[in-house]
Amino acid sequence: MERDEVLKVATLARLSLTDQEIDEFGKQLTQILGYVETLNEVDVQDAEPMPHAVDERNVFRDDRQRESLSREAALSNAPQTDGRFFLVPQILEQKDA
Amino acid sequence: MTAASALSLSTSELLNGLSEGNLTSRQLVESCLEQIRLLNPKLNAFVNVEEEYALVRAEQIDARRLAGESLGVLAGLPVATKDNICRKESLTTCGSRMLEAFRPPYDAHVVERIESEDGIIVGSTNMDEFAMGSSTESSVYGPSRNPSNPAHSAGGSSGGSAVAVAAGMVPLALGSDTGGSIRQPAAFCGCVGLKPTYGRVSRYGLVAFASSLDQIGPFAKDACGASLLLQAIAGHDKRDSTSLKREVPVYPKQLTESLKGLRIGMVDGHFAEGLDSEVATSVRATIDALEKLGATVIPVRLPHARYSVATYYLIAPCEASSNLARYDGIHYGRRAEQFDDLADVYCRSRGEGFGAEVKRRIMLGTYALSAGYYDAYYLKALKVRRRIREDFDRAFQEVDVIAGPVSPTPAFSIGEKADDPLAMYLNDIYTISANLAGIPGISVPTGHAESGLPLAIQFQAPLFEEARLLRLAAAVESIRE
Repeated sequence: MERDEVLKVATLARLSLTDQEIDEFGKQLTQILGYVETLNEVDVQDAEPMPHAVDERNVFRDDRQRESLSREAALSNAPQTDGRFFLVPQILEQKDA
Repeated sequence: MTAASALSLSTSELLNGLSEGNLTSRQLVESCLEQIRLLNPKLNAFVNVEEEYALVRAEQIDARRLAGESLGVLAGLPVATKDNICRKESLTTCGSRMLEAFRPPYDAHVVERIESEDGIIVGSTNMDEFAMGSSTESSVYGPSRNPSNPAHSAGGSSGGSAVAVAAGMVPLALGSDTGGSIRQPAAFCGCVGLKPTYGRVSRYGLVAFASSLDQIGPFAKDACGASLLLQAIAGHDKRDSTSLKREVPVYPKQLTESLKGLRIGMVDGHFAEGLDSEVATSVRATIDALEKLGATVIPVRLPHARYSVATYYLIAPCEASSNLARYDGIHYGRRAEQFDDLADVYCRSRGEGFGAEVKRRIMLGTYALSAGYYDAYYLKALKVRRRIREDFDRAFQEVDVIAGPVSPTPAFSIGEKADDPLAMYLNDIYTISANLAGIPGISVPTGHAESGLPLAIQFQAPLFEEARLLRLAAAVESIRE
């Protein structure tokens, strides 16, 4: 994997990497991707993809209100909170009135 | 009763001691805590120990026992849980800087089950970061060390739990297994480790790594212990939509059934080059001994087993890249202190919070799922997975169980595979297929190599045949004695 491809994937994955990591991961990922090429040897014609080990489909529950986490519990691990909300970096730019 | 003597008892001896009044839960917990104090600084099995909580629980259970109340299946036995299993308001770190201060606001289903069956949770154990690894070396708390030789790995990712049981710190522990993370450390450390059928045990409260592969399972020093802990945690939970509604057998009652007529499959390809000769000899000898007990040995083929590592190392990282997207520094977990804007919060929090192996797998998964590569990698892997499952379906028409190695070698040295991720991945060659197919597998100790390191055998069975696996484990135990 070339450097710019590594950077592209890192951006998709929202990971900030050091230069050393970019270099190392580039080499290691190339090696691993090379290894998984062996899957091309397998005849997968008519093979139904297997995303899950169970055959269950559409496990639903009744659409009924039930107890959930208290506000306090939900905020208990918040990196920043005012006791009511999760405080986060500004997302939208301020527009002058 | 000293710490050492209590903990050298078998699970059934412990249960008898407790029920006959020769031993109290309080004494047993004190023994465990003493053993942990003695050995944990060197072996690094436990990340957090809850002394006060465990002693209070022990006293409550002792009081109830004295009052003639009947107790749950775990009857006052101490249990350790892997640090990716949520315990309400207790540190649950997944061996990661990302969650180093995280206290879940709820208990995992299996924690609720252990407590309602009167198990006493003593603390949480060390693991590879976010369960990604085969040696517990990627933990932010450092590696767990093999009790048979501390310069050697305990295996992973549930290394801490395996050590805790093998070193006599606790009689029972929980781990999680996504590609072998219970079975391989059990083999490395010399205790029993079981990965249940996918869907047998609820994953509610298990920090997700790869959702179609993860399962929680028991560690114990013997089949009896493993069967009790599985009994306690198995069963449907409506909070996990992949947990299956299927009756739970009374596992401890099925351990002594005869092996007569049991058809054991052996895969020739398992014994190819690369398998340590002592491991091979031990596995073969154990199978021979089982034959003498009445089992029949039949050769079977698993033609796609050689693709299992490649299949897994696409599917698992893909699922992980999705599951770990939630760690964004917003609601919980580490948030970077310096950042320019929202995207930067994500990138820096994740860059700082995750270790190298986790980042590597997220990168791999993101790439393999991205536009233009999805079909060639992820989808292809899902199709090969289907073939792997079909191999087992066919094999289980001829045999009742498949026997073979757990790992290509006994426990490797700490640091030996640190620089070569692919070499580390190839360790999982024997365990990965069970996760891909969803079938249960168990690792059972068979003896020791000349080096003193433990040796083990693996049994794999069709969906929901855990009782069969436990029965075989009990049989292997009787052979060893």
